[in-house]
Amino acid sequence: MSYLYFPGCSLKGTGRAYEESLLAVFRALGIPLAELADWNCCGATAYMSIDERQAFALAARNLALAEAQGASDNGAIQLIAPCSACYLVLLKAQRHLMTDTAFRQEMSGVLPGNMGDPGQIRIRHPLDVLVHDVGLQEIARHVRQPLRGLKVASYYGCQIVRPFALFDRPHDPSTMDDLVRTLGAEPVDWPLKTHCCGGSLTGTMPEVGLRLNYLLLREAQRRGADLIITVCPLCQFNLEAYQDFIRRRYPDLAPMPVLFFTQLIGMAMGLPPRELGLQRLLIPVEGRMAALSKEGAHARA
Amino acid sequence: MRAHEIYPNGGPRIGVYVCHCGFNIAGKVNVREVVEFAKTLPFVVVAREYKFMCSDPGQEMIREDVREHRLDRVVVAACSPSLHEATFRRALEQAGQNPFFFQMVNIREHVSWVTEDPREATEKAKALVAAAVRRVIFHEPLQRRRVPVKDRVLVVGGGIAGIHAALTLADAGKHVYLVEREPTIGGHMAMFDKTFPTLDCAACILTPKMSQVAAHPNITLWTYSEVIQVEGFVGNFRVRVRRKPRYVIEELCVGCLQCIDACVYKDARFPDEFNLGLGKRKPIYIPFPQATPRVVLIDPETCIWFKTGKCKQTCLEACERAAIDFKQQERIEEIEVGAIILATGFKTFDARRIPEYGYGKYPNVYTALEVERLVNASGPTGGEVRLRDGRIPKRVGIIHCVGSRDERFNRYCSRVCCMYSLKLAHLIKERTGAEVYNFYIDMRTPGKGYEEFYDRLLQEGVHFIRGRVAEVTDWAITPDEEGKLIIRVEDTLVGAVRRIPVDMVVLAVGLEPQPDADEVRRMFNISCSKEGFFLERHPKLAPVSTFTDGIFLAGACQGPKDIPDSVAQAGAAAAEALALIDKGFVELEPNTAYIVEALCSGCKTCIGLCPYNAISFDEARMIAVINEALCKGCGTCVAACPSGAARQHLFEDAQIFQEIEGVLAYV
Repeated sequence: MSYLYFPGCSLKGTGRAYEESLLAVFRALGIPLAELADWNCCGATAYMSIDERQAFALAARNLALAEAQGASDNGAIQLIAPCSACYLVLLKAQRHLMTDTAFRQEMSGVLPGNMGDPGQIRIRHPLDVLVHDVGLQEIARHVRQPLRGLKVASYYGCQIVRPFALFDRPHDPSTMDDLVRTLGAEPVDWPLKTHCCGGSLTGTMPEVGLRLNYLLLREAQRRGADLIITVCPLCQFNLEAYQDFIRRRYPDLAPMPVLFFTQLIGMAMGLPPRELGLQRLLIPVEGRMAALSKEGAHARA
Repeated sequence: MRAHEIYPNGGPRIGVYVCHCGFNIAGKVNVREVVEFAKTLPFVVVAREYKFMCSDPGQEMIREDVREHRLDRVVVAACSPSLHEATFRRALEQAGQNPFFFQMVNIREHVSWVTEDPREATEKAKALVAAAVRRVIFHEPLQRRRVPVKDRVLVVGGGIAGIHAALTLADAGKHVYLVEREPTIGGHMAMFDKTFPTLDCAACILTPKMSQVAAHPNITLWTYSEVIQVEGFVGNFRVRVRRKPRYVIEELCVGCLQCIDACVYKDARFPDEFNLGLGKRKPIYIPFPQATPRVVLIDPETCIWFKTGKCKQTCLEACERAAIDFKQQERIEEIEVGAIILATGFKTFDARRIPEYGYGKYPNVYTALEVERLVNASGPTGGEVRLRDGRIPKRVGIIHCVGSRDERFNRYCSRVCCMYSLKLAHLIKERTGAEVYNFYIDMRTPGKGYEEFYDRLLQEGVHFIRGRVAEVTDWAITPDEEGKLIIRVEDTLVGAVRRIPVDMVVLAVGLEPQPDADEVRRMFNISCSKEGFFLERHPKLAPVSTFTDGIFLAGACQGPKDIPDSVAQAGAAAAEALALIDKGFVELEPNTAYIVEALCSGCKTCIGLCPYNAISFDEARMIAVINEALCKGCGTCVAACPSGAARQHLFEDAQIFQEIEGVLAYV
């Protein structure tokens, strides 16, 4: 199966490590990813609340490009959107195109492609693709350095299973926990896996946004997590980049590495750290890993 | 054949009556136009309209016309024949005509209610009237068949509804077979400690009725048994019942329970079904002290003899009456009954389906049914409300509408949860002194003394927070939340998100159909409503009947119901069954099939096809013979007969073809 890849702005900016690790993992698994040519803003951010039509139009253009560029496997074009906000807004726009015929007609006049059947594009999150298309067994086959002893809190954020629960349970998702087990690590029972990271409130209302992130980080720490993995660039940014600020208000918080889930997969597969963008982490993970392997060696001896 | 050919002397005299049904029909169909049209149809002597044809004056109009105009055929265009065909046939009979010289046209359900455009509706009504007029010309006088009725009743399900229905019928002198799947009767009510709103002790009011059932000479009680096959029809059902082996001879066991003491397992160690796994039992056990019948049973899944074939069989030695029989086999009983009452009850919603409420994850999240057992004096804790670790809870949260009024699961209100939550809140507070919080969407307390009970709980200081709970979590933020379960909820009266730390969470699970309701429905040939409960014949006017004559409903198998409603419905179902069997006979539609002997070639095609074994072969005359008493009028043989010898009253070819031609000729 071949996949089109829609990076969105984050994966070229603050979430560069996400793109690097995603591409590295897919390459190592032998799955070709073709970046959507001439893609534009997905239409998320504040667009939706200010001008819904424009927001949908932006997303619709990306779908039209996918329709024009995608190779159809089994009648569906697979479009991977790693950023949760892109993933959700593309799904929303697709539904809008399918239900609002007037909008579809309006768009078909100005967009590339014929917008014949917007439903034939399958918008996929890479987590879904890795766990359900590639499969945990295949991933396990590629694990070179099982992450034994590592305790991982999986953070899904608010957007990838709600409101469209296309591949996991909306209130209690578990795909990443299964993946963590496959990598040899231990999932932490952490009830906050879909609680809010504050979104842009960290910037606009820091007292609210930072507290939300503090609660997430503290609970992961209390439950013994060595690190948090996430699927969303904004979640990752909020949880990682603000830890210094948060600690000024809440001194009981220890540094907690926050990785993209693809970085963790790459680590277990033994891919070089630089290919996974690990050097971009503000809170480095190497220390933890070194401590773990020392403990492991100790235990083995 | 044309009508004038069989009526050389002037032909039939037809009356056509078109009903307004208030605005139901007249609001869409131009009734006057239909009447004027009917007057132009052949052999129609009189055509009239009336606001409500089914009313007394409406019927009298028909009777008068029959007498005065010497009508010998009547067509009524009104509602569904399932509602008023009988009414108008009776009117004909009263006027001295054969009731089957009648045809009903449904211009309400088939026309006015389902057609947008008045013009189209009027045209369709006219076409259907034309069809009925042409059909009724070819009707023949028929006699209803009377079939004797079996004087016995089967009641399926031994909860409070089944018990009440069985006792009512038995007291009226009818023999009742009461079949219960579990080893004891009593159903869910037997699990409760108190009942709302009076706080009557459930056992004190239920167990006397249970022992009445056991002792009643007119009741045959088969517990641990299931109906496996139902054949026949109203008045004459043949039913097969499987009686599962208890490995204890029911007639010999006196319930001394010495075998239980003697079991090689010194301690009870297997999850006890009656206490929902909160208590333990041995492989040989009795579900609860007042179980009826008071007969022990052996569970082969846990009994060491059945599992390994090696056991000292100390129970066998302990039984002075030699009642234990490890070789007991299941038995199939066959009975014949005139009526059946289904009282198969409900199951509670599986709380695991809402993972955010933590049932099955956090040990101190309970379902309401489990808490019923905890507060029950004969329950696993002797009536003390204790958590799984033995602590007594200081703060308890009761979450309403778990699985009810929820688009993801069941849209309906389960009707009993508000009231049982109030009851449990009262009992928990009384037993533990705990602070009790109810989380509700709307308090629904309609019923005698129910609102007053709610008031009483408010006075008692139970807390009520209006809002659907988002989640139950062990995620503590503040020190006083440590080690507790935290209920997160939007308090919609205060307009804020609240976190309420508690020691115990009670989930007020809703009521759902039994998991095998659909199989049972098929076996008894009745219908289910969308949510899976058994469907009553009419929601208002036939609430205990089904679409299959002779089968009645009682209790929560028909929809969520509390005890008073279940008992009332059980009484009604018993009365309906009694009215049916006490009459001694049922009148059946004369829509049976018959063989035109001269045409029958003796090919026997029909014989194998008949689902009721009503057709036999006359070897002497080499023709098929239909037993009218057994024929149900399904028409299979009529359709299959290659020589056209099998025919059916009320569905003669001439009648059907004339009806079709009537519609087509008009269109």
